[in-house]
Amino acid sequence: MSDLLTVRDLRLSTPDKVLVQDLSFSIAAGERFGLIGESGSGKSLTSLAVTGLLAPGLRAEGSVELAGTQVIGAPERRLVGLRGNAVATVFQEPLTALDPLMPLGRQIAGPVRRRLKREGAETSGAAVRAEVMALLEQVRMPDPARLIGAYPHEVSGGQRQRVAIAMALACRPRLLIADEPTTALDVTTQAEIVRLITSLVDELGIALLFISHDLAVVGQVAERVMVMRHGRAVESGPALQVLTQPQDDYTRNLVAAARRFDAALEGQG
Amino acid sequence: MSAEQTDNLTETSGRRRSRGNATYWLGLLLVGVIVLAGLISFVWTPYALSDMVGGRLEAPSLQHWAGTDRLGRDLFTQLMIGARIALIVGCGAVVIGAAIGVTTGLLAAFATRFLDDALAAVFDILIAFPTLLIAMLVVAAREEASLGTAILALGIGLSPIVGRITRILTKQVLGQDYITAARVSGTSWGAIVFWHILPNIAPFLGVNLALQFGLAVMAEASLSYLGLGAPPPNASWGRMLQEAQGTVYTAPWGAILPGLALFALVIGINLLADGLRDRFDPTKGAA
Repeated sequence: MSDLLTVRDLRLSTPDKVLVQDLSFSIAAGERFGLIGESGSGKSLTSLAVTGLLAPGLRAEGSVELAGTQVIGAPERRLVGLRGNAVATVFQEPLTALDPLMPLGRQIAGPVRRRLKREGAETSGAAVRAEVMALLEQVRMPDPARLIGAYPHEVSGGQRQRVAIAMALACRPRLLIADEPTTALDVTTQAEIVRLITSLVDELGIALLFISHDLAVVGQVAERVMVMRHGRAVESGPALQVLTQPQDDYTRNLVAAARRFDAALEGQG
Repeated sequence: MSAEQTDNLTETSGRRRSRGNATYWLGLLLVGVIVLAGLISFVWTPYALSDMVGGRLEAPSLQHWAGTDRLGRDLFTQLMIGARIALIVGCGAVVIGAAIGVTTGLLAAFATRFLDDALAAVFDILIAFPTLLIAMLVVAAREEASLGTAILALGIGLSPIVGRITRILTKQVLGQDYITAARVSGTSWGAIVFWHILPNIAPFLGVNLALQFGLAVMAEASLSYLGLGAPPPNASWGRMLQEAQGTVYTAPWGAILPGLALFALVIGINLLADGLRDRFDPTKGAA
């Protein structure tokens, strides 16, 4: 089994409702995988199930194997070791994903220190600080020396998302989950963040699970995609094929709607 | 957001800030004066506390700044020692109440559903009893009135309120994305509590603890008024009020001055807490 993440027959349910069922997919090391679906289709639940962070009331069945470890039913202690080490997540809204009362530099320093400890490297203040600065430069953060002491509300949305990405990368995960990372941003910033994420995962050889409702964005990022609806996979395959020659009715509607939208924007509708 | 809106926002927060500053300084002044009086009482008082140094029920004068009581003891001396006792009891009660309340509140927020519900119910039931009643029960159980008993009693009396607030605030913070973000990056629960939860509940909890401090000072006065507080030779504003009760028409200063002192401390601590929250919350009004 060479795949980094293998999800087989995943089924997530509350006592009276099935939220996700018959979901199977796998992501190879270094691969960029896109998960497309409307709100409530179970995309984010799937990503939470991968990291073992499902809310207590939810029941998970099936198999989620991450870096050779079975996540479903694993004790919290094993999961803590897995998180950060094997997987890290970038969330949708960077303002709430960052602690409002902690300077940005210190938020990145936490995972950096844990990784250095894990790798048996020096964890002095200077070593951590150097690593934090390196990360901020890696995510193309302008003026990192100033921003290191700033609070989340003092920087722009795009910069916050860069910090969130730096935090996720600070763990050196093998799989990066990006859960709608551009939805809360404006279009120009979106494009920058998408480019940043793609180039970083390629540079560092990290696999990417990119979750979005935005076909165009997923098309730019992912090599393979899966379309979800009502908690089921309706179609999957290479991104180019699914997005240009969709087989399923739902996907076809999605693609057509996106085209119409683009056309309307360009004034040709 | 348009430029105009932004301007409006900064203007409102600026006005809010300056008003916050005014109340902050007033609070600091009131609390400062009383803390100073309490501290000075350790090294100097105009007279000895229990010495009969003047006539009965003398009005305030140059010799006796606050007048004298029924036994000719100096009231200003009693006020100073009373400030010391009020502050010691208030701080002690808040420390004990916070230690018990924050611990159980955090425990409840992290516990399983059943334990959480059980603890929440216990908090609610205990809150249904007035703090003073719980404190009186503790004093009765200890069978002797002393300074330590008063502090312990009020601390225990305050703890369920602190516990309930800690539980609610912690649950609120636990639902935030940054906690999930911290967990998904492999942060242990201990580190999350220490680095994310406590700092984020501190501003609200701190303001609430200040309110509890005010309540504790009032409750201490009530206990002393009922004769359940720190016994003589300690002085207490509550006991001064009780002793002045019979002579309130002939010598009103005996009741008015300790009443004012109590009022000033409680109001001052509330204003100070409000001002501190505005000053130290970095999400309010960038520097």
